[in-house]
Amino acid sequence: MKNKKRQELSAQELYLKKHRQHKRVVSFSRLFVFLFFLLVWELASDFGFIDSFFFSSPSLVMQCAYRMMLDGSLFVHIGVTLLETLISFLLVFLLGITTAMLLWYSDKLSEILEPYLVILNSLPKSALAPLLIVWLGTGIKTIIVAGISVAVFGSIISLYTGFHEVDKNKLTLIRTLGGNKRDSFMKVVLPSSIPTVISTIKVNIGLALVGVIIGEFLAARQGLGYLIIYGSQVFQLHMVIMSIVLLCIIALGLYQGIQLLERKVTKWF
Amino acid sequence: METDTSKPPILTLQNIGYSYHSLQGETLALSDISFQVAEGEFIAIVGPSGCGKSTLLSIIARLIEPENGTIIIQNPDGSIHYPHIGYMLQKDYLFEWRSVYDNVILGLELNKKKTKENLDYVNTMLKEYGLYEFKNKKPSELSGGMKQRAALIRTLALKPQILLLDEPFSALDYQTRLQVSGDIGEIIHQSKITAILVTHDLSEAISLADKVFILSSRPATIKKELPILLTKKSDSLIASRNAPEFASYFNELWEALSNEK
Repeated sequence: MKNKKRQELSAQELYLKKHRQHKRVVSFSRLFVFLFFLLVWELASDFGFIDSFFFSSPSLVMQCAYRMMLDGSLFVHIGVTLLETLISFLLVFLLGITTAMLLWYSDKLSEILEPYLVILNSLPKSALAPLLIVWLGTGIKTIIVAGISVAVFGSIISLYTGFHEVDKNKLTLIRTLGGNKRDSFMKVVLPSSIPTVISTIKVNIGLALVGVIIGEFLAARQGLGYLIIYGSQVFQLHMVIMSIVLLCIIALGLYQGIQLLERKVTKWF
Repeated sequence: METDTSKPPILTLQNIGYSYHSLQGETLALSDISFQVAEGEFIAIVGPSGCGKSTLLSIIARLIEPENGTIIIQNPDGSIHYPHIGYMLQKDYLFEWRSVYDNVILGLELNKKKTKENLDYVNTMLKEYGLYEFKNKKPSELSGGMKQRAALIRTLALKPQILLLDEPFSALDYQTRLQVSGDIGEIIHQSKITAILVTHDLSEAISLADKVFILSSRPATIKKELPILLTKKSDSLIASRNAPEFASYFNELWEALSNEK
């Protein structure tokens, strides 16, 4: 009996050991792929296999980042892009929840607006950019509106769909207990749609960044999107690549932030 | 139609009719339903599935308006306000994002009646029905029977004058179902609350109710009214099922229903 127990325990330990080993291999390989890529890129440009003027190199990118950090301009560009993204994201979130709520309240309204939402959602938003520049000028307003336009229609549609999928019997329950439609929304629809809300947020934060970069391409004097366009125009390709890398890091950071929020929220519910 | 003259009726349905409408046409669900419910009476309504039993309860609960007929209210105190109706649905529908306690006080919360007196009443019921130790748990941690009892407390917390039960045990497995229907039957008999139970389980109807109405298939009308009088030793469900009259009532109901299909 005791022997058997020991065997079971060691089987579990073996499993845990295997699991840890697997995790280590994955993490190590991920890092290796990254470093190997950097090394090949660096050597290829150092030995002239590729033209560092066009393809840059890790060291040139780092030098560029260092220079821009020293004069502080890098932080301004990052800050501007981050700020614009967060503002667009928050506005998308508020607009999305409010509109989806109104559509849920009124079936008639949602039926009337449905084709418009579908069309606006599938419209390529970059097509709107020239109009936005004419209407709002070049600056933060245009960029935030561009960020909103990319994410807002999809988020209305997915939130409304989520609200609508709530079990109708739960709504009947609220009515049998004497609650009204507002109670149904606050006590049933909203709490049971938390997973939908979180997945919409995850999609939206990425889309807001996409919209902001589109906006900065066309109508900005600051921000990473501007830096990419400016860098390509003056053939400073290490500036372009540095901005792209920074965008990767920002996207990762925003996503991690949302995941942190998700863990907090799911603990409450 | 004969009525129990010993107790005054609290609720009278007169010629209630209801149809469902769709673009394909009209489906008559209820036609010419009339009956009376006396105060403290336990009524069971049985009928073939899909005959409109739930529709009838929804009309009494005023979730939908009848197309024909009237509902007359005669409160014992002479007032004419619609009585507080409690409605137990087929499933418990306890919300997973609330604790058991927050679930059972949902009705009080919605009606802004979270007074000390009402909360004390809820706590007394939780203790009485063996849920007090589980009040801070999530509903998923309860057994099927406990969930159904929690749902009953949620309904009773609002002190309804009439309790509607729409096959409230149908989602439970057989053993739990016997136990819970026994428990809930006892609770209802003890609190002397007026109850209307819709079910397709004949034994359940006979063992719980004072009177059984048999509905015909669609469009439903009342086909038969059967007062139940069981000679039983105690109030328990098993005592009811062991009563000598049980089998003959069962056969009578069974025959009435079999002619329907």
